[in-house]
Amino acid sequence: MASHGHAETLALREQFDTEAQQKDASTLGMWIFLITEIMFFGGMFLAYTIYRGTYPEVFAVASSSIKIFLGAANTVVLLGSSLTMVLAVRAAQLGQQRAIVIFLILTLLLGGVFLGVKAVEWKEKFDEHHIPGPTFHLEGLPDDQQGHAQLFFSLYFAMTGLHALHMVIGAGILITLIFQARKGKFTPDYMTPVDVAGLYWHFVDVVWIFLFPLLYLIDRHMKQPPL
Amino acid sequence: MATAAVQEREHYLNASYGIKSWLLTKDHKRIGLLYLFTVTLFFFLGGAFATLIRIELISPQGGMVSSETYNKLFTMHGVAMVFFFLIPSIPATLGNFFLPMAIGARDLAFPKINLLSWYLLVVGGLLALFAMLAGGVDTGWTFYTPYSTTYSNSWVIATALGIFIAGFSSILTGLNFIVTVHRMRAPGMTWFRLPLFVWANYATSLIQVLGTPVIAVTIILLFCERVFHIGIFDPALGGDPVLFQHLFWFYSHPAVYIMVLPAMGVISELISTFSRKPVYGYSFVAASSLAIAVLGFLVWGHHLFVSTQSVYAGLVFSFLSYFVAIPSAIKVFNWTATLYKGSISYATPMLYAFGFIGLFTIGGLTGLFVASLGMDVHVTDTYFVIAHFHYIMVGGTIMAYLGGLHYYWPKMTGRMYPEGWAKLSALIIFLGFNLTFFPQFILGYLGMPRRYHVYPAEFQVLHVLSSAGASVLAVGYMMPMIYFIWSLKYGEVASSNPWGATGLEWQTPSPPPVHNFVEMPVVNHEAYDYSTVVEETHVG
Repeated sequence: MASHGHAETLALREQFDTEAQQKDASTLGMWIFLITEIMFFGGMFLAYTIYRGTYPEVFAVASSSIKIFLGAANTVVLLGSSLTMVLAVRAAQLGQQRAIVIFLILTLLLGGVFLGVKAVEWKEKFDEHHIPGPTFHLEGLPDDQQGHAQLFFSLYFAMTGLHALHMVIGAGILITLIFQARKGKFTPDYMTPVDVAGLYWHFVDVVWIFLFPLLYLIDRHMKQPPL
Repeated sequence: MATAAVQEREHYLNASYGIKSWLLTKDHKRIGLLYLFTVTLFFFLGGAFATLIRIELISPQGGMVSSETYNKLFTMHGVAMVFFFLIPSIPATLGNFFLPMAIGARDLAFPKINLLSWYLLVVGGLLALFAMLAGGVDTGWTFYTPYSTTYSNSWVIATALGIFIAGFSSILTGLNFIVTVHRMRAPGMTWFRLPLFVWANYATSLIQVLGTPVIAVTIILLFCERVFHIGIFDPALGGDPVLFQHLFWFYSHPAVYIMVLPAMGVISELISTFSRKPVYGYSFVAASSLAIAVLGFLVWGHHLFVSTQSVYAGLVFSFLSYFVAIPSAIKVFNWTATLYKGSISYATPMLYAFGFIGLFTIGGLTGLFVASLGMDVHVTDTYFVIAHFHYIMVGGTIMAYLGGLHYYWPKMTGRMYPEGWAKLSALIIFLGFNLTFFPQFILGYLGMPRRYHVYPAEFQVLHVLSSAGASVLAVGYMMPMIYFIWSLKYGEVASSNPWGATGLEWQTPSPPPVHNFVEMPVVNHEAYDYSTVVEETHVG
């Protein structure tokens, strides 16, 4: 080892001089990662915006066919998980070892509930032949607009699917954190992993806050099929 | 590595041995060398495809390969060169190695993520390589729909997934650089004391983190369209194939600046070092990198002038495209002004820098031709466009990459390359390059379309000239390959600052110790302050 390097510990990697510098770097890194995520989801939001603008009536009919209750309930569940995530971060700041574990587990459970409800919703779509493909059919629309309705559901599955994938990754991160927290790895001086995982979890939550109104709510009053 | 034998001093190359010490390294310098090895392989792979293309084009009948094979050749040439050589080339090799050293850091902010980036490039590259060996892909490197989603019977998915995975390598490298520049600078290294190479890589990183995710999601949509026929790009269901072109170029135009901005950073270092003057208008050159990064995101529509894009959008995109010329010209003028009354020496890196300025200027000025709506309609999809972007990519980026490699080689390996051979190869590359690509401007202007291997007989003379130039170019590219390897064992031992350059990377031994510096540096002067350089120069 070179003379100037300090011994690498779990809490301070050798490339950093101080713990504050390390925490700053990790947090900035996560924020930049979240910016890349915005651009990543952005491509799909762009496609959604264009096709919603091109086929507004069909999209209104298609989005009205989705059950609003499950989506709304899931929104509450996900917001609840963000609350428990914040509480886990707070517990880490205060050094409350048991509370970190409990709140992380609660967050994981709520995330699991969200994915479960999502699976139920997808199953319903499958049973109703609302999955894009040769058997696709949306009631109440003429044949020449079935393709446009299919576009809506393609976007629905692509966007909620990508969101669910991020939830699954988040669940993996939470499980890792739970094991580490049980070993007492996080202290008020070193809780950066909990902090940046929290940032990620809230971001995934915020994506849903945009997806829910776009896919479920807009133009629900327009029930009349277009001429 | 051969250098270990002659020096007892511990440095990053002899600190540990064995394949594991390389494949599991977290040292940015070793990862830089891993990248160098990887992108060199892809450079010669892409070069092999180019060789076959140029041999085929010697005769107008198109007799050597079938049309299908020709489609695959130019596609795989583009894929290998763009995604697996040009985009990672300078940032991932020279940037990885020298960005932390130039700001006085022990490493990048996230060394493990840095290693992960390399593995992602390797995995993506292997997937693309598998697709090439399994039968190839024939869509063109642009993957335009609906051909890529509906009609092509080649390995579209495997290639696109390879690019998708390699994209995350690019994103993570950019993220790592941004955090490193923000948080890891040595005491006294303020933003406006940063070497321009760092500024250029910083601007590049911004494009990497903002643009690459868009191509990632575009590839996901392409995948869904090809496999599940979801309709996003399919007119039969009300989708729009041109949406793909918009999404593709939203990344791939800025990607041009991912390729050329770091090259400009290298040139700033070379021009200053070999004229022993601070770069003229330092802050303008630094800001012009950021301006190019920002403007690069506003001009993608100039690739769609002949698509269904509205003519009014075309007008706006054309207008905005001209703006890119302003920061580009600022750089060229400031480099030229730096030379004025400088103490110029003609070492090999400087020859490459001169080559870059001339060729980049031609590439940039012809860029104005294709940015204008009327002219572009005439030359769209002709060899004029091919020549234009090869002047930027090959004449610009590869010239700067080679210049940078020669410049930094003593620091990376502790050995000097053979100056005479290097100068000769720089000359051969310059001549070969112009002979290859200048005739293509004329070909394109006369109407020779790109991506065809059967052409009217009157174009043969120009095609033969171009192919002849390509063989000269190939010789030029083989030479550094050989003498760089030779120099590892037989090259003259390099001092810590053979060029008399400024910059923290030259104030540490060659090759650098594991943690880059014997004593962590403190900066108390501006960039390119030659009064601080201790004389022990080796400039030839």
